[in-house]
Amino acid sequence: MSSNADLVQDTNHWGGGSRPMGARYGKLMMWFFLLSDALTFSGFLTAYGLMRFKYESNWPIAENVFTHFPGLEGDQPLLYVALMTFILIMSSVTMVLAVNAGEKMNRGGVTNWMLWTIVGGFIFVGSQAWEWYHFIIGDSGAVETTRQEILHVYNAEGERLSFSQIVHGMEEGHASNHGETFTKSEVLSSMQGDASLYLKEPGKAGRAFTHAESVAFLEAGDVVQGANMIHNEYGRKQFANFFFFITGFHGFHVFSGVVINFIIFYNVLLGTYEKRGHYRMVEKVGLYWHFVDLVWVFVFTFFYLV
Amino acid sequence: MAEHNGTWWIWKVFWILLVITGVEVVLGIIKPAFLLTPVIGTSILNIVFILLTLVKAGYIVQVFMHVKYEKKAMKYALYLPSLILIPYLTFILLTEGSYLFS
Repeated sequence: MSSNADLVQDTNHWGGGSRPMGARYGKLMMWFFLLSDALTFSGFLTAYGLMRFKYESNWPIAENVFTHFPGLEGDQPLLYVALMTFILIMSSVTMVLAVNAGEKMNRGGVTNWMLWTIVGGFIFVGSQAWEWYHFIIGDSGAVETTRQEILHVYNAEGERLSFSQIVHGMEEGHASNHGETFTKSEVLSSMQGDASLYLKEPGKAGRAFTHAESVAFLEAGDVVQGANMIHNEYGRKQFANFFFFITGFHGFHVFSGVVINFIIFYNVLLGTYEKRGHYRMVEKVGLYWHFVDLVWVFVFTFFYLV
Repeated sequence: MAEHNGTWWIWKVFWILLVITGVEVVLGIIKPAFLLTPVIGTSILNIVFILLTLVKAGYIVQVFMHVKYEKKAMKYALYLPSLILIPYLTFILLTEGSYLFS
Protein backbone atom coordinates (compact mmCIF):
# COMPACT_ATOMS: atom_id res chain seq x y z
CA MET A 1 0.00 0.00 0.00
CA SER A 2 1.25 3.44 -0.81
CA SER A 3 1.29 6.18 1.78
CA ASN A 4 -1.34 8.87 2.03
CA ALA A 5 1.01 11.51 0.55
CA ASP A 6 1.52 9.39 -2.57
CA LEU A 7 -2.22 9.00 -3.02
CA VAL A 8 -2.75 12.76 -2.89
CA GLN A 9 -0.05 13.24 -5.51
CA ASP A 10 -1.52 10.55 -7.76
CA THR A 11 -4.92 12.17 -7.92
CA ASN A 12 -3.73 15.76 -8.15
CA HIS A 13 -0.85 16.19 -10.56
CA TRP A 14 -1.11 19.94 -10.56
CA GLY A 15 -0.82 20.50 -6.82
CA GLY A 16 2.94 20.84 -6.90
CA GLY A 17 5.69 18.40 -6.05
CA SER A 18 5.08 16.24 -9.10
CA ARG A 19 5.95 16.67 -12.77
CA PRO A 20 2.64 16.70 -14.64
CA MET A 21 4.22 17.28 -18.06
CA GLY A 22 6.93 14.71 -17.52
CA ALA A 23 9.60 17.18 -18.57
CA ARG A 24 12.22 19.07 -16.63
CA TYR A 25 12.21 22.82 -16.10
CA GLY A 26 14.84 23.64 -18.75
CA LYS A 27 13.16 21.64 -21.47
CA LEU A 28 9.73 23.06 -20.62
CA MET A 29 11.04 26.62 -20.80
CA MET A 30 12.71 25.91 -24.13
CA TRP A 31 9.40 24.56 -25.41
CA PHE A 32 7.42 27.58 -24.28
CA PHE A 33 9.98 29.89 -25.87
CA LEU A 34 9.68 27.91 -29.11
CA LEU A 35 5.89 28.09 -28.93
CA SER A 36 6.00 31.88 -28.64
CA ASP A 37 8.58 32.05 -31.41
CA ALA A 38 6.35 29.89 -33.61
CA LEU A 39 3.56 32.41 -33.11
CA THR A 40 5.93 35.26 -34.00
CA PHE A 41 6.94 33.56 -37.24
CA SER A 42 3.34 32.76 -38.10
CA GLY A 43 2.58 36.45 -37.59
CA PHE A 44 5.23 37.37 -40.16
CA LEU A 45 4.24 34.71 -42.66
CA THR A 46 0.54 35.48 -42.44
CA ALA A 47 1.29 39.22 -42.83
CA TYR A 48 3.18 38.25 -45.98
CA GLY A 49 0.09 36.31 -47.06
CA LEU A 50 -2.11 39.35 -46.44
CA MET A 51 0.03 41.53 -48.74
CA ARG A 52 0.16 38.79 -51.31
CA PHE A 53 -3.59 38.31 -51.39
CA LYS A 54 -3.99 42.07 -51.63
CA TYR A 55 -1.66 42.36 -54.67
CA GLU A 56 -2.43 38.90 -56.07
CA SER A 57 -2.41 39.87 -59.78
CA ASN A 58 1.07 41.39 -59.98
CA TRP A 59 2.93 39.92 -56.99
CA PRO A 60 6.39 38.72 -58.10
CA ILE A 61 6.65 34.97 -58.76
CA ALA A 62 9.52 33.67 -56.63
CA GLU A 63 10.84 31.31 -59.27
CA ASN A 64 11.40 34.29 -61.58
CA VAL A 65 13.30 36.06 -58.79
CA PHE A 66 15.60 33.39 -57.36
CA THR A 67 17.03 31.83 -60.49
CA HIS A 68 20.75 31.59 -59.83
CA PHE A 69 22.81 28.56 -58.98
CA PRO A 70 26.57 28.85 -58.35
CA GLY A 71 28.52 27.74 -61.40
CA LEU A 72 25.47 27.31 -63.63
CA GLU A 73 24.33 29.74 -66.34
CA GLY A 74 20.75 30.64 -67.09
CA ASP A 75 17.50 30.09 -65.22
CA GLN A 76 17.65 27.51 -62.44
CA PRO A 77 14.43 28.07 -60.50
CA LEU A 78 14.12 26.42 -57.06
CA LEU A 79 17.39 24.46 -57.33
CA TYR A 80 19.42 26.61 -54.99
CA VAL A 81 16.76 26.90 -52.33
CA ALA A 82 16.20 23.14 -52.59
CA LEU A 83 19.90 22.66 -51.83
CA MET A 84 19.63 25.01 -48.83
CA THR A 85 16.63 23.04 -47.58
CA PHE A 86 18.55 19.80 -47.97
CA ILE A 87 21.50 21.22 -45.98
CA LEU A 88 19.22 22.31 -43.14
CA ILE A 89 17.36 18.98 -43.03
CA MET A 90 20.70 17.19 -43.00
CA SER A 91 21.98 19.26 -40.10
CA SER A 92 18.75 18.52 -38.26
CA VAL A 93 19.46 14.82 -38.75
CA THR A 94 22.99 15.13 -37.38
CA MET A 95 21.50 17.00 -34.41
CA VAL A 96 19.13 14.10 -33.62
CA LEU A 97 22.10 11.77 -33.90
CA ALA A 98 23.99 13.96 -31.39
CA VAL A 99 21.05 13.91 -28.95
CA ASN A 100 20.74 10.17 -29.43
CA ALA A 101 24.45 9.68 -28.69
CA GLY A 102 24.07 11.90 -25.61
CA GLU A 103 21.33 9.69 -24.21
CA LYS A 104 23.75 6.77 -24.43
CA MET A 105 26.49 8.88 -22.76
CA ASN A 106 28.59 8.44 -25.90
CA ARG A 107 30.86 11.48 -25.73
CA GLY A 108 32.69 10.74 -28.99
CA GLY A 109 29.38 10.43 -30.81
CA VAL A 110 28.07 13.73 -29.44
CA THR A 111 31.32 15.50 -30.38
CA ASN A 112 31.25 14.17 -33.91
CA TRP A 113 27.56 14.87 -34.64
CA MET A 114 27.57 18.31 -32.98
CA LEU A 115 30.51 19.27 -35.18
CA TRP A 116 28.63 18.22 -38.33
CA THR A 117 25.57 20.15 -37.16
CA ILE A 118 27.66 23.30 -36.74
CA VAL A 119 29.21 22.82 -40.19
CA GLY A 120 25.73 22.42 -41.73
CA GLY A 121 24.51 25.57 -39.99
CA PHE A 122 27.47 27.55 -41.27
CA ILE A 123 26.92 26.38 -44.84
CA PHE A 124 23.26 27.36 -44.59
CA VAL A 125 24.01 30.87 -43.31
CA GLY A 126 26.64 31.25 -46.03
CA SER A 127 24.17 30.12 -48.69
CA GLN A 128 21.69 32.66 -47.44
CA ALA A 129 24.32 35.41 -47.68
CA TRP A 130 24.98 34.36 -51.29
CA GLU A 131 21.28 34.49 -52.11
CA TRP A 132 20.89 37.92 -50.47
CA TYR A 133 23.88 39.19 -52.43
CA HIS A 134 22.31 38.20 -55.75
CA PHE A 135 18.93 39.51 -54.72
CA ILE A 136 20.42 42.89 -53.76
CA ILE A 137 22.63 43.18 -56.86
CA GLY A 138 19.66 42.44 -59.10
CA ASP A 139 19.22 40.60 -62.33
CA SER A 140 17.48 42.13 -65.37
CA GLY A 141 16.59 45.62 -64.18
CA ALA A 142 13.14 47.24 -64.30
CA VAL A 143 11.30 50.50 -64.91
CA GLU A 144 9.68 52.23 -61.95
CA THR A 145 6.80 54.54 -62.80
CA THR A 146 5.99 57.76 -60.95
CA ARG A 147 3.31 55.78 -59.09
CA GLN A 148 6.04 53.36 -57.91
CA GLU A 149 4.74 50.52 -60.05
CA ILE A 150 7.46 48.15 -61.29
CA LEU A 151 7.41 47.18 -64.98
CA HIS A 152 9.62 44.72 -66.86
CA VAL A 153 10.85 44.95 -70.47
CA TYR A 154 9.59 42.38 -72.99
CA ASN A 155 10.10 41.92 -76.75
CA ALA A 156 7.63 40.93 -79.48
CA GLU A 157 8.23 37.21 -78.80
CA GLY A 158 7.14 37.72 -75.19
CA GLU A 159 10.63 37.13 -73.81
CA ARG A 160 11.73 39.17 -70.84
CA LEU A 161 14.84 41.23 -71.66
CA SER A 162 17.54 42.57 -69.37
CA PHE A 163 18.92 46.10 -69.62
CA SER A 164 22.13 44.53 -70.85
CA GLN A 165 20.25 42.90 -73.74
CA ILE A 166 18.36 46.02 -74.81
CA VAL A 167 21.32 48.39 -74.51
CA HIS A 168 24.09 46.14 -75.90
CA GLY A 169 21.83 44.16 -78.25
CA MET A 170 20.71 40.54 -78.01
CA GLU A 171 24.05 39.19 -79.26
CA GLU A 172 26.35 41.18 -76.99
CA GLY A 173 24.14 41.47 -73.93
CA HIS A 174 23.63 38.99 -71.09
CA ALA A 175 20.33 37.68 -69.76
CA SER A 176 21.52 39.03 -66.42
CA ASN A 177 23.09 42.46 -66.02
CA HIS A 178 26.01 40.92 -64.09
CA GLY A 179 26.32 43.95 -61.84
CA GLU A 180 26.64 46.45 -64.69
CA THR A 181 24.64 49.62 -64.04
CA PHE A 182 22.64 51.41 -66.73
CA THR A 183 21.42 55.00 -66.77
CA LYS A 184 17.86 56.04 -67.53
CA SER A 185 18.93 57.79 -70.78
CA GLU A 186 20.75 54.67 -72.10
CA VAL A 187 17.71 52.48 -71.49
CA LEU A 188 15.30 55.14 -72.77
CA SER A 189 17.11 55.66 -76.10
CA SER A 190 17.27 51.86 -76.65
CA MET A 191 13.57 51.58 -75.87
CA GLN A 192 12.75 54.39 -78.32
CA GLY A 193 14.95 52.77 -80.95
CA ASP A 194 13.12 49.43 -80.97
CA ALA A 195 9.33 49.62 -81.47
CA SER A 196 8.85 45.94 -80.59
CA LEU A 197 9.80 46.52 -76.93
CA TYR A 198 7.06 47.04 -74.37
CA LEU A 199 6.62 47.02 -70.59
CA LYS A 200 4.62 44.55 -68.54
CA GLU A 201 3.80 44.16 -64.88
CA PRO A 202 5.32 41.17 -63.03
CA GLY A 203 3.18 38.35 -61.66
CA LYS A 204 0.60 35.87 -62.87
CA ALA A 205 -1.84 38.43 -64.29
CA GLY A 206 0.34 41.48 -64.86
CA ARG A 207 -0.96 44.01 -67.42
CA ALA A 208 1.03 44.69 -70.60
CA PHE A 209 1.37 48.18 -72.14
CA THR A 210 1.89 49.40 -75.71
CA HIS A 211 5.28 50.64 -76.91
CA ALA A 212 4.18 54.29 -76.78
CA GLU A 213 2.79 53.94 -73.24
CA SER A 214 5.96 52.12 -72.17
CA VAL A 215 8.24 54.89 -73.45
CA ALA A 216 6.06 57.47 -71.69
CA PHE A 217 6.29 55.50 -68.43
CA LEU A 218 10.07 55.41 -68.62
CA GLU A 219 10.33 59.11 -69.58
CA ALA A 220 8.35 60.12 -66.51
CA GLY A 221 9.74 57.38 -64.26
CA ASP A 222 13.19 55.91 -63.68
CA VAL A 223 15.20 52.69 -63.98
CA VAL A 224 15.69 50.36 -60.97
CA GLN A 225 18.38 47.76 -60.59
CA GLY A 226 18.59 45.39 -57.66
CA ALA A 227 16.56 45.48 -54.50
CA ASN A 228 16.57 47.31 -51.21
CA MET A 229 13.90 48.40 -48.74
CA ILE A 230 12.73 51.31 -50.97
CA HIS A 231 13.17 50.16 -54.59
CA ASN A 232 12.95 46.63 -55.87
CA GLU A 233 13.31 45.59 -59.49
CA TYR A 234 11.41 42.32 -59.00
CA GLY A 235 8.06 43.94 -58.28
CA ARG A 236 6.21 45.29 -55.24
CA LYS A 237 8.63 46.70 -52.72
CA GLN A 238 6.72 44.80 -50.01
CA PHE A 239 8.08 41.62 -51.60
CA ALA A 240 11.67 42.69 -50.89
CA ASN A 241 10.75 44.00 -47.45
CA PHE A 242 9.17 40.71 -46.44
CA PHE A 243 12.00 38.76 -48.03
CA PHE A 244 14.62 40.67 -46.06
CA PHE A 245 12.60 40.56 -42.87
CA ILE A 246 11.47 36.93 -42.83
CA THR A 247 14.58 35.25 -44.22
CA GLY A 248 16.68 37.70 -42.21
CA PHE A 249 14.88 36.86 -38.97
CA HIS A 250 15.17 33.18 -39.77
CA GLY A 251 18.85 33.57 -40.71
CA PHE A 252 19.42 35.34 -37.40
CA HIS A 253 17.89 32.32 -35.66
CA VAL A 254 20.19 29.99 -37.61
CA PHE A 255 23.19 32.15 -36.73
CA SER A 256 22.28 32.19 -33.02
CA GLY A 257 21.72 28.44 -33.27
CA VAL A 258 25.23 27.96 -34.65
CA VAL A 259 26.68 30.07 -31.82
CA ILE A 260 24.72 28.17 -29.15
CA ASN A 261 25.61 24.83 -30.75
CA PHE A 262 29.25 25.87 -30.67
CA ILE A 263 29.08 26.70 -26.96
CA ILE A 264 27.53 23.30 -26.25
CA PHE A 265 30.09 21.60 -28.50
CA TYR A 266 32.89 23.34 -26.60
CA ASN A 267 31.43 22.11 -23.31
CA VAL A 268 31.24 18.58 -24.69
CA LEU A 269 34.94 18.84 -25.50
CA LEU A 270 35.67 20.13 -21.97
CA GLY A 271 33.73 17.19 -20.51
CA THR A 272 31.21 19.40 -18.69
CA TYR A 273 28.28 17.06 -19.37
CA GLU A 274 30.34 13.96 -18.63
CA LYS A 275 30.95 15.42 -15.13
CA ARG A 276 27.28 16.41 -14.84
CA GLY A 277 26.26 12.85 -15.64
CA HIS A 278 23.81 13.68 -18.44
CA TYR A 279 23.66 15.39 -21.86
CA ARG A 280 20.32 17.19 -21.39
CA MET A 281 21.80 20.47 -22.63
CA VAL A 282 22.34 18.84 -26.03
CA GLU A 283 18.69 17.83 -26.06
CA LYS A 284 17.61 21.43 -25.31
CA VAL A 285 19.71 23.07 -28.02
CA GLY A 286 18.57 20.23 -30.26
CA LEU A 287 14.97 21.37 -29.80
CA TYR A 288 15.96 24.90 -30.82
CA TRP A 289 17.85 23.64 -33.85
CA HIS A 290 14.93 21.50 -35.05
CA PHE A 291 12.65 24.48 -34.62
CA VAL A 292 14.85 26.51 -36.97
CA ASP A 293 14.50 23.69 -39.51
CA LEU A 294 10.75 23.59 -38.92
CA VAL A 295 10.40 27.31 -39.63
CA TRP A 296 12.47 26.96 -42.80
CA VAL A 297 10.10 24.24 -44.05
CA PHE A 298 7.31 26.83 -43.91
CA VAL A 299 9.39 29.70 -45.32
CA PHE A 300 10.41 27.43 -48.20
CA THR A 301 6.79 26.67 -49.01
CA PHE A 302 5.29 30.12 -48.63
CA PHE A 303 8.14 32.16 -50.09
CA TYR A 304 9.45 29.93 -52.86
CA LEU A 305 6.86 27.31 -53.79
CA VAL A 306 3.33 28.64 -53.43
CA MET B 1 14.73 6.86 -25.34
CA ALA B 2 13.75 3.38 -24.42
CA GLU B 3 11.46 3.19 -27.45
CA HIS B 4 14.33 3.30 -29.93
CA ASN B 5 17.07 0.92 -30.81
CA GLY B 6 19.89 2.13 -33.02
CA THR B 7 19.48 5.07 -35.35
CA TRP B 8 17.33 3.61 -38.16
CA TRP B 9 14.29 5.68 -37.08
CA ILE B 10 16.28 8.90 -37.58
CA TRP B 11 17.33 7.91 -41.09
CA LYS B 12 13.80 6.80 -41.91
CA VAL B 13 12.53 10.31 -41.17
CA PHE B 14 15.47 11.78 -43.07
CA TRP B 15 14.47 9.87 -46.22
CA ILE B 16 10.81 10.85 -45.80
CA LEU B 17 11.75 14.54 -45.52
CA LEU B 18 14.14 14.28 -48.45
CA VAL B 19 11.63 12.55 -50.73
CA ILE B 20 8.86 15.03 -49.86
CA THR B 21 11.17 18.00 -50.52
CA GLY B 22 12.22 16.39 -53.81
CA VAL B 23 8.60 15.93 -54.86
CA GLU B 24 7.87 19.58 -53.97
CA VAL B 25 10.81 20.85 -56.01
CA VAL B 26 9.91 18.72 -59.05
CA LEU B 27 6.27 19.81 -58.87
CA GLY B 28 7.41 23.43 -58.46
CA ILE B 29 9.59 23.23 -61.57
CA ILE B 30 7.27 21.39 -63.95
CA LYS B 31 3.95 22.75 -62.54
CA PRO B 32 1.65 20.10 -64.06
CA ALA B 33 -1.26 21.82 -65.82
CA PHE B 34 -3.90 19.52 -64.34
CA LEU B 35 -2.94 20.71 -60.82
CA LEU B 36 -3.35 24.38 -61.64
CA THR B 37 -7.15 24.33 -61.43
CA PRO B 38 -8.25 27.13 -59.12
CA VAL B 39 -9.93 26.16 -55.84
CA ILE B 40 -10.76 28.27 -52.74
CA GLY B 41 -8.64 31.26 -53.72
CA THR B 42 -5.58 29.25 -54.78
CA SER B 43 -4.71 26.23 -56.95
CA ILE B 44 -4.76 22.49 -56.27
CA LEU B 45 -0.97 22.53 -56.62
CA ASN B 46 -0.62 25.06 -53.79
CA ILE B 47 -2.88 22.94 -51.59
CA VAL B 48 -0.67 19.93 -52.37
CA PHE B 49 2.37 22.01 -51.37
CA ILE B 50 0.77 23.05 -48.10
CA LEU B 51 -0.30 19.49 -47.24
CA LEU B 52 3.20 18.15 -47.99
CA THR B 53 4.65 20.92 -45.81
CA LEU B 54 2.37 19.97 -42.94
CA VAL B 55 3.46 16.32 -43.28
CA LYS B 56 7.12 17.42 -43.10
CA ALA B 57 6.41 19.67 -40.12
CA GLY B 58 4.60 16.78 -38.42
CA TYR B 59 7.59 14.46 -38.77
CA ILE B 60 10.02 17.12 -37.50
CA VAL B 61 7.89 17.95 -34.46
CA GLN B 62 6.74 14.41 -33.64
CA VAL B 63 9.97 12.50 -34.17
CA PHE B 64 12.92 14.91 -34.22
CA MET B 65 11.52 17.05 -31.41
CA HIS B 66 10.23 13.94 -29.62
CA VAL B 67 6.71 15.23 -28.98
CA LYS B 68 5.34 11.80 -29.93
CA TYR B 69 6.92 10.42 -26.73
CA GLU B 70 5.86 13.24 -24.39
CA LYS B 71 3.04 13.02 -21.86
CA LYS B 72 -0.48 13.94 -22.91
CA ALA B 73 -0.43 17.17 -20.82
CA MET B 74 2.72 18.30 -22.64
CA LYS B 75 1.22 17.52 -26.06
CA TYR B 76 -1.90 19.53 -25.27
CA ALA B 77 0.15 22.46 -23.94
CA LEU B 78 2.09 22.63 -27.20
CA TYR B 79 -0.47 21.63 -29.81
CA LEU B 80 -3.62 23.42 -28.63
CA PRO B 81 -2.28 27.01 -28.70
CA SER B 82 -0.49 26.55 -32.02
CA LEU B 83 -3.24 24.58 -33.77
CA ILE B 84 -5.92 27.06 -32.70
CA LEU B 85 -4.12 30.40 -32.96
CA ILE B 86 -2.13 29.93 -36.18
CA PRO B 87 -5.00 28.73 -38.43
CA TYR B 88 -7.22 31.43 -36.89
CA LEU B 89 -4.69 34.19 -37.65
CA THR B 90 -4.12 32.81 -41.15
CA PHE B 91 -7.84 32.70 -41.85
CA ILE B 92 -8.42 36.28 -40.69
CA LEU B 93 -5.47 37.84 -42.50
CA LEU B 94 -5.94 36.02 -45.81
CA THR B 95 -9.66 36.81 -45.83
CA GLU B 96 -8.94 40.48 -45.08
CA GLY B 97 -6.18 40.55 -47.71
CA SER B 98 -8.56 39.55 -50.50
CA TYR B 99 -10.91 42.42 -49.52
CA LEU B 100 -8.30 45.18 -49.18
CA PHE B 101 -8.80 46.37 -52.75
CA SER B 102 -12.57 46.17 -52.91
